[in-house]
Amino acid sequence: MNKARRNPLNSALAHGVLLTYTVIALFPVFVILINSFKTRKAIFREPLALPDAETFSMIGYQTVLKQGDFFLYFQNSMIVTVASLFLVLLFGAMAAFALAEYRFKGNTLMGLYLALGIMIPIRIGTVAILEMMVSTGLVNTLLALILVYTAQGLPLAVFILSEFMKQVSDDLKNAGRIDGLSEYTIFFRLVVPLVRPAMATVAVFNMIPIWNDLWFPLILAPAEATKTLTLGSQVFIGQFVTDWNAVLSALSMAILPVLILYVIFSRQLIRGITSGAVK
Amino acid sequence: MTDSGRSSRVRWHILVFLAPAVIVYTAVMIFPLFNTLRLALYTEAEQQRVFVGLQNFRTLFGDQIWSEQFWNALGNNFWFFFIHMLVQNPIGVLLAAILSHPRLRFAHLYRSAIFIPTILSFVIVGFAWKLILSPIWGIAPSLLDAVGLKSLYAPWLGKEEYALTTLALVSVWQFVGIPMMLIYAALLSIPEEILEAGECDGITGMAAFWKIKLPLILPSIGIISILTFVGNFNAFDLIYAAQGALAGPDFSTDILGTFLYRTFFGFQLQLGDPHMGSAIATAMFGIILVGVCIYLFGIQTRLRRYQF
Repeated sequence: MNKARRNPLNSALAHGVLLTYTVIALFPVFVILINSFKTRKAIFREPLALPDAETFSMIGYQTVLKQGDFFLYFQNSMIVTVASLFLVLLFGAMAAFALAEYRFKGNTLMGLYLALGIMIPIRIGTVAILEMMVSTGLVNTLLALILVYTAQGLPLAVFILSEFMKQVSDDLKNAGRIDGLSEYTIFFRLVVPLVRPAMATVAVFNMIPIWNDLWFPLILAPAEATKTLTLGSQVFIGQFVTDWNAVLSALSMAILPVLILYVIFSRQLIRGITSGAVK
Repeated sequence: MTDSGRSSRVRWHILVFLAPAVIVYTAVMIFPLFNTLRLALYTEAEQQRVFVGLQNFRTLFGDQIWSEQFWNALGNNFWFFFIHMLVQNPIGVLLAAILSHPRLRFAHLYRSAIFIPTILSFVIVGFAWKLILSPIWGIAPSLLDAVGLKSLYAPWLGKEEYALTTLALVSVWQFVGIPMMLIYAALLSIPEEILEAGECDGITGMAAFWKIKLPLILPSIGIISILTFVGNFNAFDLIYAAQGALAGPDFSTDILGTFLYRTFFGFQLQLGDPHMGSAIATAMFGIILVGVCIYLFGIQTRLRRYQF
């Protein structure tokens, strides 16, 4: 092996750069989290100190829980994200299977049509989407958001999943056909279990943008009963902008669920990105 | 294929498999997209929708109040994109190059930690940085003081000349994880034999990066550039969360996304105008289309791809 690759100085330099950047990446999150547990005085006097017995306070969290309906917002975000992901995966996998498995007229054209949405953001059509939701009475319902996010997620899902479905062995499917299984059984019983890792990747990719979106909740479902966590915290913070305890606590409460999800799924996410699913 | 004897029959299962995705995608994405382009040709007069041809575009580009706002937003948007290309992508490549080093310890820890900002919502990121940079709280000035640079401090988000650049850098901070991961994946897929062959010819360290790895990851850099372009030209959330719909101070952080939002949804005293909004959305669509076409036909076809 080569010397340059084992040089201790290089390695120290590498760790130095990475550590510096890690600190830059985590510092703001850290500052918000520690200060959310401090008294107002301590927040301003010693912003970088950890909370201790004297400065510890949960007053911000109390305000947030009293004033904002964060459990409802959280529940809304959860319903929207889970339902959209389920529909993206179900519809996406079905369409991907049709495109990957069968030869029919217009197959390539259909693939291209579905791929259009990968590059063109759905936000461009917002004016007409709002109009459509108003005329169908779906404004201020979670269903409006679910439909939009499903449509937004489908193009990439179909694209990634059909790549993976092409790799499922033909012999297996044909064996199923000889045994008299219907095409639907073959899809649900044989193919879906085999592409489960790819489906997990698609789910993780879609989860973060859906959970974090501000644009569509703001425009399609701004009512109190349908606010998502992202919109809810935005509005709450806007109202309580001078109450630093409340703002910091609200931010922390918005950070925590995502952070927990990330800790659970980070392996899947990183493996998904690095396995070349998006190349 | 299995369908030799069945091709005369209608294969209903194909239809069943395709229908849900195609219906939702067409109804909620493609149809509204074209409907928005169509609405740009109409206006409202006496509560009736009337066809006015290109009048809205004439207003957008010809009327001084509108065109000033539009060019301001477009210019700001290009600056926003420029900062991303200039700062985010080089940092991403650098971090990925270091991370892909074989036998680097704690690589997965660094990787996960650096990716954390990317998973946070714009609302969190916008407010968190607003607080940190705020002169009231004083974290930024006291940190600069600690390294003896206190004189450099200014309330960046409140100053017209710095606000947009500051927000662009905040956005870079948030998204650096994406180029890092994609480049990292590309670097890992370079076969060891190629690097060893280079070593035999005496190409190591930095030279190996510039002469062997960089040419091999150019296609990934191309993809990242177009993703950045599309992402930046429909950005909205961060500016809205940090500066509000008015994109202050004095519209200095206004980009196409916030301009579209204000125009079609209305804010404070200005009433929303869906038709002018559609005209702006059409302009955004055109810009993104031009960018994607330049990438697909101008850049991607010229990049040499290597098969291993």
